[in-house]
Amino acid sequence: MSIMTYLEMGGYAAYVWPAYGISLLGIGGMVFWTLHGFRQVSRKLALLEEEMKEDES
Amino acid sequence: MNIFELANPKRFMRFSAALLPWFWAIAILCLGAGLFIGLFRVPPDYQQGQTVKIMFIHVPAAWVGMMAYASMAVASLFGLVNRHPLADAAAKAAAPLGAVFTALALITGSLWGKPMWGAYWVWDARLTSFLILFFLYLGYMALWTAIEDETRAARACAILALVGAVNLPIIKYSVDWWNTLHQGESIFVKGGPLIAPVFLWPLFLMAFGYTFLFLALWMVRIRTEILARRARTLQLRMGTA
Repeated sequence: MSIMTYLEMGGYAAYVWPAYGISLLGIGGMVFWTLHGFRQVSRKLALLEEEMKEDES
Repeated sequence: MNIFELANPKRFMRFSAALLPWFWAIAILCLGAGLFIGLFRVPPDYQQGQTVKIMFIHVPAAWVGMMAYASMAVASLFGLVNRHPLADAAAKAAAPLGAVFTALALITGSLWGKPMWGAYWVWDARLTSFLILFFLYLGYMALWTAIEDETRAARACAILALVGAVNLPIIKYSVDWWNTLHQGESIFVKGGPLIAPVFLWPLFLMAFGYTFLFLALWMVRIRTEILARRARTLQLRMGTA
C-alpha cells in the first residue's frame, strides 16, 4: 500500500486526520500549559524564599 | 499508607515526585504503542471503514473526561467533609484537564458522526448529557474565579461539583434509558466485549495512556497549586513584616 492510499484513509481522510490533529493539539497544549505553570510558580517561590533569607540575615 | 497521611502537603510533594516519572513513562509507552497499532496495524472495519481509527482517540477521551469529573467530585467531598486545603487544590486542579478531555471527546465524536450518521451533531441523550458535562466544567472553573475568598470559593465549587456528579450515571446509562443514535455500551457488557479483539487492544492501550497522562498532569497541577499557596503565604508574611 502506498503512502498516498494510506493517507486517504479509505475516503475518510477529512474526518480521521482532523480528529487526530485536534487531539494532538489539545493534549499538547495541556501538557505545555501544565508544565509551564509549574515552572513559573516554582521560580517565583524560589525568588521569594531567597528574599526571605536576605531579610532575616 | 493511610490516604490522610498524603493530605500533608510536604508528604504529597515527596510522594508525587517519586511517582511522576513512572506515570509519564507509562503514559508515553501506552500512547506510543496504541498509536502505532491503531494507525498502522489495524484493518478497516467492515462497516465503518477507516473511521474506526477515530474510536482510539474518541472513547479514551470520553472515559477520561468522566473520570476527571469523578476525581473532582471525590476530592470535593473530602474538601467539604475534612476541610482540607489539599483536597480543594486537587479538585481545582482536575477541572481544566477534564474540560479539555471532554471537549476532545465531543469534537472527535462529531467528526466520527458526520460520515457514519450523516450529522456532526444530534440532540440525543448521550450527546446532550456529555455536552452538559462540558458546561459543568466551565461553570465550575468560572465559579472558582468569581469568588475571591479562597475558602468560600472552594466550598461553593465543591457543592457545584457534587451536584453535577448526578450527570455521570446519566451519561453512562443514557444509551439504555433512551433511544439514542449513539451506540449502546459495547465494551463492558455481560459475556464480553462486542468489539473484535483486533480493535480492542489498541483501544485499551490508548485508554491506559490517556488515563496515566491525566494522572501525571493532575499531579503536576496539584503540585503547582501547593507551591502557589506557599508563595502567597510568604508574600503575606513579608508584607506584614
